[in-house]
Amino acid sequence: MSVDKQPFKPLIAAFCCNWCSYAGADLAGTSRLAYPAEVKIIRVPCSCRVNPLFVLRAFQRGADGVIIAGCHPGDCHYTTGNYYARRRMTLLFSMLDYLGIEKERTKLDWISAAEGVKFATVMNDFSKEIHALGRNTRFGDLRCTTAVAQ
Amino acid sequence: MHNSSCTVKETARKILESGQAERLLGWEQDSSGYNHAPAVFKSAGELDRFIYDRFCGSNLSKLLARLREAEGRTAVLLKACDRESFNLLVREHRIDPEQVHRVDIECSGMVDIEKLRNKGIKGIREITESGDELHISTLYGEKRCRSEEVLLEKCLSCPAVSSADAFDAVGQMEERSSLERYEFWKEALSTCIRCNACRNSCPVCTCEQCIFDNPRSGTAGKASADFFEDQHFHLVRVFHAAGRCTDCGECTRVCPQGIPLYLLNRKVIKDINELYGELSLEDKELGKGALTSFSFQDAHPDIIRKRTGDQ
Amino acid sequence: MQRIGVFVCWCGSNIAAAVDIETVVQAMKSEPGVVYSTDYQYMCSEAGQGKLKDAVKEHGLTGIVICACSPRMHEATFRNAAKAAGVNPYMVEIANIREQCSWIHRDRAEATAKAVVLSRTAVAKVNLNTPLTPGTSDVVKRALVIGGGIAGLQSALDIAEAGYQVDIVEKQPTIGGKMAQLDKTFPTLDCAACILTPKMVDAAQHENIRIYTYSEVEQVSGFVGNFSVRIRGKARSVKADICSGCGLCMEKCPSKKAKDEFNMGLNNRRAIYIPFAQAIPNVPVIDREQCIKFKTGKCGLCARVCPADAVDFEQQDSIIEERYGAVVLATGFHTLSLEHYDEYQYARQPDVITSLELERIMNAAGPTGGKLLRPSNGKAPKSVVFVQCVGSRDTTGCGKTYCSKICCMYTAKHAMLIREKYPEVDVSVFYIDVRTPGKNFDEFYRRAVEDYGVRYIKGMVGKVVPEKGRLLVRGSDLLDDSQVALEADLVVLASAVEADASAKGLATLLTASIDTNNFYTEAHPKLKPVESPTAGVYLSGVCQGPKDIPETVAQASAAAVKVVGLLSKDKLLSNPCIARADELLCSGCSNCEHVCPYGAVSYIEQELRIHGRNQIRRIAKVNEAICQGCGACTVVCTSGAMDLRGFSNSQIMAEVDALCR
Repeated sequence: MSVDKQPFKPLIAAFCCNWCSYAGADLAGTSRLAYPAEVKIIRVPCSCRVNPLFVLRAFQRGADGVIIAGCHPGDCHYTTGNYYARRRMTLLFSMLDYLGIEKERTKLDWISAAEGVKFATVMNDFSKEIHALGRNTRFGDLRCTTAVAQ
Repeated sequence: MHNSSCTVKETARKILESGQAERLLGWEQDSSGYNHAPAVFKSAGELDRFIYDRFCGSNLSKLLARLREAEGRTAVLLKACDRESFNLLVREHRIDPEQVHRVDIECSGMVDIEKLRNKGIKGIREITESGDELHISTLYGEKRCRSEEVLLEKCLSCPAVSSADAFDAVGQMEERSSLERYEFWKEALSTCIRCNACRNSCPVCTCEQCIFDNPRSGTAGKASADFFEDQHFHLVRVFHAAGRCTDCGECTRVCPQGIPLYLLNRKVIKDINELYGELSLEDKELGKGALTSFSFQDAHPDIIRKRTGDQ
Repeated sequence: MQRIGVFVCWCGSNIAAAVDIETVVQAMKSEPGVVYSTDYQYMCSEAGQGKLKDAVKEHGLTGIVICACSPRMHEATFRNAAKAAGVNPYMVEIANIREQCSWIHRDRAEATAKAVVLSRTAVAKVNLNTPLTPGTSDVVKRALVIGGGIAGLQSALDIAEAGYQVDIVEKQPTIGGKMAQLDKTFPTLDCAACILTPKMVDAAQHENIRIYTYSEVEQVSGFVGNFSVRIRGKARSVKADICSGCGLCMEKCPSKKAKDEFNMGLNNRRAIYIPFAQAIPNVPVIDREQCIKFKTGKCGLCARVCPADAVDFEQQDSIIEERYGAVVLATGFHTLSLEHYDEYQYARQPDVITSLELERIMNAAGPTGGKLLRPSNGKAPKSVVFVQCVGSRDTTGCGKTYCSKICCMYTAKHAMLIREKYPEVDVSVFYIDVRTPGKNFDEFYRRAVEDYGVRYIKGMVGKVVPEKGRLLVRGSDLLDDSQVALEADLVVLASAVEADASAKGLATLLTASIDTNNFYTEAHPKLKPVESPTAGVYLSGVCQGPKDIPETVAQASAAAVKVVGLLSKDKLLSNPCIARADELLCSGCSNCEHVCPYGAVSYIEQELRIHGRNQIRRIAKVNEAICQGCGACTVVCTSGAMDLRGFSNSQIMAEVDALCR
C-alpha cells in the first residue's frame, strides 16, 4: 500500500436512453456544459432496456455510482418503457440500500433531449455525492467467499 | 380438506385407484426420517412408502413443471404455502391446470428438525399435537415443546399456523443502520457454498436453462475464477424472483448454510406491497405481475434516497 | 474473432484540441479484435470515408469503430460507408468522443483517458456485433377507417383521392356522426349539414370508397401492412340493394314509441326508420326491439306497402373478411351521461337539457322545426341559463378531470344564436374560465358578450330548483363575490365530451393503447400525434382527445397522409435491432408479452428436439414487423431467452466491463 494518497477518482456508469437522455448529453456537449470526465455513458434504446443485472455488473466491476437516465414520464419514445424502468429501479435501489450499499450510489433521473443544462447539473450533483462517499468497497464484499474459487 | 396423515393417504389411494390421475405427487419417507422427499406414485400399490407428517416441508408444485411432458393427469397435494406458487406456475404457463388434479391439504405447520435437535430432542418415534404443544415420543421418553419454537421459518409467517407478521424481521432489518445491514449481509452471504439448493427448490426458478449455467448469457460462472456467480448470485436471483416470488420459503428451508434468504425475498414483497399495492383487476386477469405492470402514479426511486437511517 | 478497424476522428480541432489522438490510436491497437487503428482529420468527409473503405479491403475488416461525434450525427453516414465497402452496416459502432468528451472536458489528460475508455467500450461491443438485415413484409394497398363521422370521412376521402382503396365501417345506420346532429358551427356560424352532407355524398360516390354502415369490427389479426379484419354487418331487415328509399314503409309503420336517437330522444320515431333526411345510405333499418312484427309476429305492414319488396324480416347479419394495410381509428365521442348530476335536475326536469339537445331544438330539421321551445310545455322561453363544465374539469370523481375543449365555444355560439333570433330572451352563462384559443375564437366570444349582450357569470352553479313552473338557478358570482339566483325557463348543460364506448374494445382488438379516459394514446405526444404506438394504426379526431371540427379535419388529413405514405410502399423495411426469443431457452411464461407496448409478442406451440427427444413447447415469437426494439421484454425474461439484437445482454455487459476496466 502506498502511503501518499491518490486523489479519489470515482467511476460512474450512466445508462442513457437513445431518444431523450443520450440526446440531452449531446446537447450538454454542444452547449459546452462541463461535467466530470468520470461520468461515462452507455447508450441503450430505452431506460426499460436497463436490466438490473447491468447495474449490478457495473458495481461488481468497480463502478462507484450508477445512474440511469430516460425520457420523462409520458414522453417515452416507446410510450411505456420508462414506467417499467421506474418500478424495476425503485425495487433495485431499495434492495441495494437494504443490503447496506449506500443509497446515494444509485440514481434514476428523467432528462429530455432539450435538457442539456439538466444533464450537466444532474451529473455534476451525482458526481459530488459519489466523491463524498468515496470508493465503493461494500458491494464487492457481498459475495460468497467461502469456496475455493479465486 | 384433509388433515390427518391417514386421510391424506386415503385420498391419495382413492385418486390412484379411481384413475382420476395417472400419478400422484406426494412425499416419501426419507432415510433420515425427518426431511421427506417429494416422490411420484404411479399406483395405489406404491403408496406404502407414502408419508404425510410434520416433516413434509418440500413444495411439490415445482415438480409439476417437470412432469409437464408426462402423459395423462397428475394429482398433486398442496399445502397452503404451496398453492400460491402453484398459481404462479399456472400463470406463467409452466403448468397446464387441465392436466392437474389439485388436492388442497391441511397443514398445521412443518417441523424444522434442526430446531428440535437444538433443543436436545433426539431419537424421535412419533409426534402428536395438542393445542399449540407438540408431544414427541422418543427413544428416550416423552418430550414436549411449544410448536412455534420448532416450526420451519416459512411456517412462522403462515396465517394458518402462526399469528406472527411475516414482515417483522424485514422491518427490523430496515431499522438498522446501513453499515449494520452491510455487515450482516456480508457475513450471511459469505457463507454460501453455491450448492444451488435454493435455486433447485425454488418454484420461480423454472427457466429452461438458468443464466448462471448458460455460457452465452454473459453471466455464467464457468469462465473465470472471479465469476459473477460467486459474487452476486443471490442478488440476481432476488431480482429474477421479484414480483413473482410467493414466499413459499423453500430457499431458506433447503439452505444447508442457514442463510436467511427469506429476508431478501420478503423485502421485495414488502416494497411491492407498500409502493404498488394490489394489482388492478384487469392486470390480474391478464396474468400480469408487479414488474410487468405499472401505474402512472408510481413513486420515483428517489424515495429510497429520502429514507432515514443512513450511514 | 472479429477483425476490427478503429478510426479516430480529429473533427478538425473539435476533438484534437482536447484529446490526444495518437494516444487513443495506440491504445486501441492492443484491444482484443483490433487489427488496424488510425486517425484522420475529418472521418465524415468523402476522403475519410474513402480511408475507411480502403482499410476494409486492405485489412479484411469485419467490424468498424469510429471514434468521433455523436452517433446521432453520423451513424447513418458510416453505416452507409461500411455497406459500400462490403461490411454489414450493423457492424459499425461509434464512440462519442466529441459531444460526450472533447467538448466538455478541459483537462487534456482527463479527456484523453476518457476517450480511450469510450473507444475501447465501442470495441468491446463490436466484438459481439453480428450482421443484421432489415426484414421486409408486403403491404396490402387498402385502408380501413373505423368510424364514419367527419373525422373518418375526411381520412377516407383523402386516402381515396390519393388512389388507394378505403373501407369505412360505421356502427350507426348512417354515416355523418355527431357533426350531422349539429345546427351551426363556430366561429363562422355556417350550417353544419351544408358542409358535412356534401362530404358524405362524396364519400358514398367515390370509386375507391366502400361504406359499411350498421357494421362493427369484430376481430383483428395481423400487423402493419397486413391486417386481417372481420366485420359484422348487422341485419337491417331491409335489402339495401333494391330499396329505393321512398319512405313509404316509415309512413305506414304503426310503432311510434321509440325515442329518436338522432334528435337526442326529444321526439319519437318509427320502428322502421332512416335517422335523418340526408342519411347515407338512404335505406331504412328496422329496430327489431320496437318492431311489432318481431315482437308479436303480427303486422308486417311495411313489407306489404314496399313497392320494391325490399323488407326482409329473415335477413341475417353478414360477415365481411378483408385485409388492410393500415387502420384509421375515428371512433369519435359521445357526451357524458348526466344521470348522476342531481344538482342540475337533468334527469327530472324536461327543461334542463344538454347542449347537444339544444342543437337539435335549434335545428330546422329538429323536433321543433327550429323553434326555441321548452320541452315541458312547448312554450317559448323568456330566459335561458347555460352552465359550462358540467362533468369537465371535475375532480370530484363524478365526471372527467380534463377540459372538453369545445364547450366554451359552442356555448357562446348557442347564446349568440338565441339572442339573434329571439332578442327578447335573456341569456346568461355560468363559467369557470372561458377558453378561446383558436383562430377568430376570442373575437367570437367577445361578440357574444359585447354585441349580443350575453351575461357571463364567473362561477359554478350549485343547484337548479324547480319553482312555479320555472327553474331557479342558484350559483355564485366569483367576481362579485356574491350568490346569485337566476330564474330560467330553459337550462342548458355543457356536458363533457367522452370517448366513445367502442374505443376500449377496439383498443384491445388492435393492441392500440388508451389512456385512463379511454382516449387513444398517440405514439408520441408531440412528434407522432396521429400515430398509435401500434404500427399501422392511426388516430383521427376526438377518439384521441377532445377537439373541434377544424382540428378534427386537420388530424384526419394528417392520419390520411400517414396511411398514404404507408400504402405507397410495396415492401416495408423493418428496423433489424429488434427482439428475438431463443426458442431453446424460452419457457413461454408470457412476461415479455405483458410488457410489450406494441403487442409484438405472441406464442406458438413448437416442436423442439431437446436432449434427443421431441417436445412441444410454448415459445414466444416476436413479430418483426411490429417490434420497435425498446427492449422492455428482455429485462423481464429471466433466462435471457429474449434478447435485443444490436443491444444484446452480452453486448451491454461487455460495454459495462470495458467501461469499468
